[in-house]
Amino acid sequence: MSRDLNELYQSVILDHNKTPRNFHELPPPASHADGHNPLCGDRLTVWVDVEDDTVKDVAFLGNGCAISKASASLMTAAVKGKSRADAMALADEFQKLVTGKLEGAAERKALGKLQALAGVSEYPVRVKCASLAWHTLKAALAGAPAEPITTE
Amino acid sequence: MALAASASPPRRPAAPLDVEAVRRDFPILSTRVNGKPLVYLDNAATGQRPLAVIEAVRRSMAEQNANVHRGVHTLSEQATLAYDAVREDARAFLNAPAGHEVIFVRGTTEGINLVAQSYGRTTLRPGDEILLTTMEHHSNIVPWQIVAGQTGAVVRAIPITDAGEVDLDAYRSLLGPRTKIVGVVHISNALGTINPVAEMTRLAHEAGAVVVVDGAQAAPHTAVDVQALGCDFYACSGHKMFGPTGVGLLWGRTELLDAMPPWQGGGDMIHTVSFTGTTFAPLPAKFEAGTPAIAEVIGLGAAIRYLRGIGFDAIGAWEHALLERATALVSAVPGVRLVGTARQKAGVLSFTLAGVHPHDLGTILDADGVAIRAGHHCAQPVMDRFGVHATARASFAFYNTFDEIDALVRGLHRAREVFA
Ligand SMILES: Cc1ncc(COP(=O)(O)O)c(C=O)c1O
Repeated sequence: MSRDLNELYQSVILDHNKTPRNFHELPPPASHADGHNPLCGDRLTVWVDVEDDTVKDVAFLGNGCAISKASASLMTAAVKGKSRADAMALADEFQKLVTGKLEGAAERKALGKLQALAGVSEYPVRVKCASLAWHTLKAALAGAPAEPITTE
Repeated sequence: MALAASASPPRRPAAPLDVEAVRRDFPILSTRVNGKPLVYLDNAATGQRPLAVIEAVRRSMAEQNANVHRGVHTLSEQATLAYDAVREDARAFLNAPAGHEVIFVRGTTEGINLVAQSYGRTTLRPGDEILLTTMEHHSNIVPWQIVAGQTGAVVRAIPITDAGEVDLDAYRSLLGPRTKIVGVVHISNALGTINPVAEMTRLAHEAGAVVVVDGAQAAPHTAVDVQALGCDFYACSGHKMFGPTGVGLLWGRTELLDAMPPWQGGGDMIHTVSFTGTTFAPLPAKFEAGTPAIAEVIGLGAAIRYLRGIGFDAIGAWEHALLERATALVSAVPGVRLVGTARQKAGVLSFTLAGVHPHDLGTILDADGVAIRAGHHCAQPVMDRFGVHATARASFAFYNTFDEIDALVRGLHRAREVFA
């Protein structure tokens, strides 16, 4: 197992942690969902504004570690402008990336900047930090449930 | 650490602790993590096990394994003797008046649940109040919320100060004729605070309430004396006392335990059973249904004897020195905020570091072999009280060294560089 801190805390991640993108609320009619990682207490809210089946705008607020914040920030940049189905599919690809299940180089490349989070796969207990935003996004896209999404 | 602060008389000066010799008793302390020597500073989560415990468990499994209180054969006799002998070790450890008042349970959590479901459920009436300090571990909150839901009783929180001490004036004014149970953590796992349990118990008794003490963090670090504390129930966990997981102690007063109904039924806890009725065994068997954690109880006995061999005077003096050094060095790191600055503190240092989330700090320290805890420490009301979502926590045991504290501090500087 090669665990290199520099692999985990790449400059892209540190940058998005320090200055998260799309870090604000969206007004109605944007829908939102709340995510909660009960193990560590991380909480975030993701807003999506979907028009004609396209993610017109997406934003988030919350608190958490650098991994969860950077993941949420990178996610908002990645899914903006995508169709609902493509955004959902990207969430699944991302999950494979952070659990080390993405095989081909082409598949990895398709994830663009999100690849910065590949290092998380070496830290099993940190995977949930990276995936919280994506679980919450999926819930927001599907129409928010009353209960917060949890990673448990 | 100011040991058992108010309760104990002055002790003779502590015998110095030979930390290098002590460390050789713990095989795991010479292992490496991520290529670095392990620096284990997560003792509040669980302690490490000395060879004496490992060997006792091994021997119980390899040479003495049989069920207890059942067979007439030699092995069962030996297992029963070894198992039963631990009751006296545990009694002496807590300075309990009688061995039958010490019940073997799964841990602190089970001990408190037992009291809640057996004592609480049968005595609480609608409107009765259960007072708990704001610094309780979830295991001394949730069982009371459950029994409150079942009985109509009400759970109320005793406020704590900015330093992380119980607000005794607020406590006094909360106490009243409706107060039936007071729950207090002897030493807080999240803040390190040593609570004035004897004083709080005296006040609770004046109001006619019984006192349940969560001793999970006190038992490994202080000489517990349930008679000096004056409390009614005291629970602790073997694994935090350098013994095995899956075993712990619940002490209760005979008159209370005698009046309480069993909370689990099964083998070992009965006197006679027929389909027209069952009579229960006397204490402590009444509360120990089923085959117990035999090897674990025997291992806990070894842990208690090991602790006795070192002595809490030496342990307390060393851990106090560790805490003082760590407090000075860690709080000098720019951006550090200590959470929990009580006057009476045990070896727990909870803090936040500006710009670095505790989980990231935990990962960065781990790369250097330094194990700390990051999170809410199963004490979310404490986090809310101090306006933080999580803290980093270094917690010490008598086998930790000054060098290990230096390693922690180096890690904090490294984290600041990574997140600069
Ligand atoms: C203060 C306190 N109380 C209770 C517990 C629960 O102990 P256990 O999980 O061994 O039952 C802990 C353990 O984290 C603790 O620190």
